[in-house]
Amino acid sequence: MSTITDNAVPATGRTTSDEMIAFVIMAVLLVSVPLTGLYPYFVMQALCFALFACAFNLLIGYSGLLSFGHAMFLGTAGYVTGHALKVWGVSPEIGIVLGVIGACALSVVTGLIAIRRQGIYFAMITLALSQLLFFIYLQTPFTHGEDGIQGIPQGKMFGIFDLSNTTTLYYAVLAVFLLGFLLIYRTINSPFGEVLKAIRENEQRAISLGYKTDQYKFLAFVLSGSLAGLAGAMKVFVAQNASLTDVHWTMSGEVVLMTLVGGLGTVFGPVVGAFVIIAMQQYLAGFGQWVTVIQGAIFVICVLTFRRGIIGEIAHFFKRSL
Amino acid sequence: MQALYAQLLVGLINGSFYALLSLGLAVIFGMLNIINFAHGALYMMGAFVAYFLLNLAGINYWWALILAPLIVGAFGILLERTMLQWLTGLDHLYGLLLTFGLALVIQGVFQNYFGSSGLPYAIPDLLKGGVNLGFMYLPIYRGWVVIFSLIVCIATWFLIEKTRLGAYLRAATENPTLVRAFGINVPRMITLTYGLGVGLAALAGVLSAPINQVRPLMGADLIIVVFAVVVIGGMGSIMGSIITGFALGVIEGLTKYFYPEASNTVVFVLMVLVLLVKPTGLTGRAN
Repeated sequence: MSTITDNAVPATGRTTSDEMIAFVIMAVLLVSVPLTGLYPYFVMQALCFALFACAFNLLIGYSGLLSFGHAMFLGTAGYVTGHALKVWGVSPEIGIVLGVIGACALSVVTGLIAIRRQGIYFAMITLALSQLLFFIYLQTPFTHGEDGIQGIPQGKMFGIFDLSNTTTLYYAVLAVFLLGFLLIYRTINSPFGEVLKAIRENEQRAISLGYKTDQYKFLAFVLSGSLAGLAGAMKVFVAQNASLTDVHWTMSGEVVLMTLVGGLGTVFGPVVGAFVIIAMQQYLAGFGQWVTVIQGAIFVICVLTFRRGIIGEIAHFFKRSL
Repeated sequence: MQALYAQLLVGLINGSFYALLSLGLAVIFGMLNIINFAHGALYMMGAFVAYFLLNLAGINYWWALILAPLIVGAFGILLERTMLQWLTGLDHLYGLLLTFGLALVIQGVFQNYFGSSGLPYAIPDLLKGGVNLGFMYLPIYRGWVVIFSLIVCIATWFLIEKTRLGAYLRAATENPTLVRAFGINVPRMITLTYGLGVGLAALAGVLSAPINQVRPLMGADLIIVVFAVVVIGGMGSIMGSIITGFALGVIEGLTKYFYPEASNTVVFVLMVLVLLVKPTGLTGRAN
């Protein structure tokens, strides 16, 4: 049985340097975006989703767990951050921290439940849990139901950086994205990440080697959920609202699609996938429901013919790890 | 008390749909090792086919009850032959992703032409009206849905557990290679099994058309509840799926009466409780 990621290329000496070069290119490109005249809100939105997809990929790509409810972390952090900024009037950095704590707490609770089953059941359980949360948010007063939390103030980060200025906001989002990305990169290249990969490849064997696999998977789940929360908290500053859309199962599906298009289990795939899907949504916004049809069709095509994804195919072609 | 009985009946009806859908999911999972995410979309197609048959061809409900599962089942067979069969030997999760994509495509196409509002489908003349049972008023159509679903569920159980064909099917679930060696065409059985599961979903769609109206997204949220039902019941046993489906429908109905705020969430909460107590599901075996 082939595992969900056939992107596993044996690590060689040049792997790390390849990835560092790619990271520097990505960072330089992203830093120079405000000079190019690209619509900054588009890039910021894509960066939030890129971080979200990277967090999701940490779970599917490196521990083989497909979460079909990852939107619950994005949405929960969004609600917490939005509420803290608007109602409690806290500063942006505190708002982000609170959002991440909210997502982290949620991932601890849901992780303890979901980790009890594997494979296909894990996907169904996470989906059901996120649907449970969706209905709770639909009814609780602090989320404002169908309206969502609107007109969230952006405030001044650390008291100096005015986030209502587009360029300042852009660099703040970019900084958070790069930090989150490096954290994930560090995690998957740590001994902890190696154990995760071992569990993905052959869980029975990892158990027989003495690893408490459930604890590793649980930690990966919490880390992934918290980072998805970080993406959700940043998204609040870009969109200035927090709504039910971010908790809905369609959002969970979108992050799966982004990661699949970019390449499951690749370092840069989720970033590329997020930009591709967000760009597609922007350009096809006028086509109404056909966007859903196209997204579904991409899913089908990717699974049938393009399982490695964009970055996965490139890496495979050059026989390198990206 | 009237209201309680009415909610119990609604619960039984929802339970019929849960049972029919989770039964189909379990049968498909047994043979194909795929969780059919498109199940909700195919349920919706069943209702739409009945609607088209009535409004475009003048074919009534009774024929739709036979034709819609056949038509949608044939569509399912087409999907299996052209796409799903290529996933044999790959991780189960790819099947979930592929059928999720299919669900998006099918629902998106219908949404594009029919929006999100519901289309009415009239109750057939024979099943109109209701009877007074003394303790409650029973609309005949609703009683029919419950009884007919129960019969279909038991017939499916009988087919799989008690007939020769079912024995082949169960054997092929356990060890396809060995069954093939005995000269049985396993790939064809897999295709027909998918058709059968999809047909059951379409049948549920036809049954629900006069009650819930025909909507493009009628199956989208339902399928997530059915997933929770499947997690609770486990997919190891056919009878288990049927009983869990009906039982959860009834519990949901009772919740609607006693604590309506939780009626949307009660199945998910129960799923959490079952996972905490017995992670393999009520009838499931360990992996």
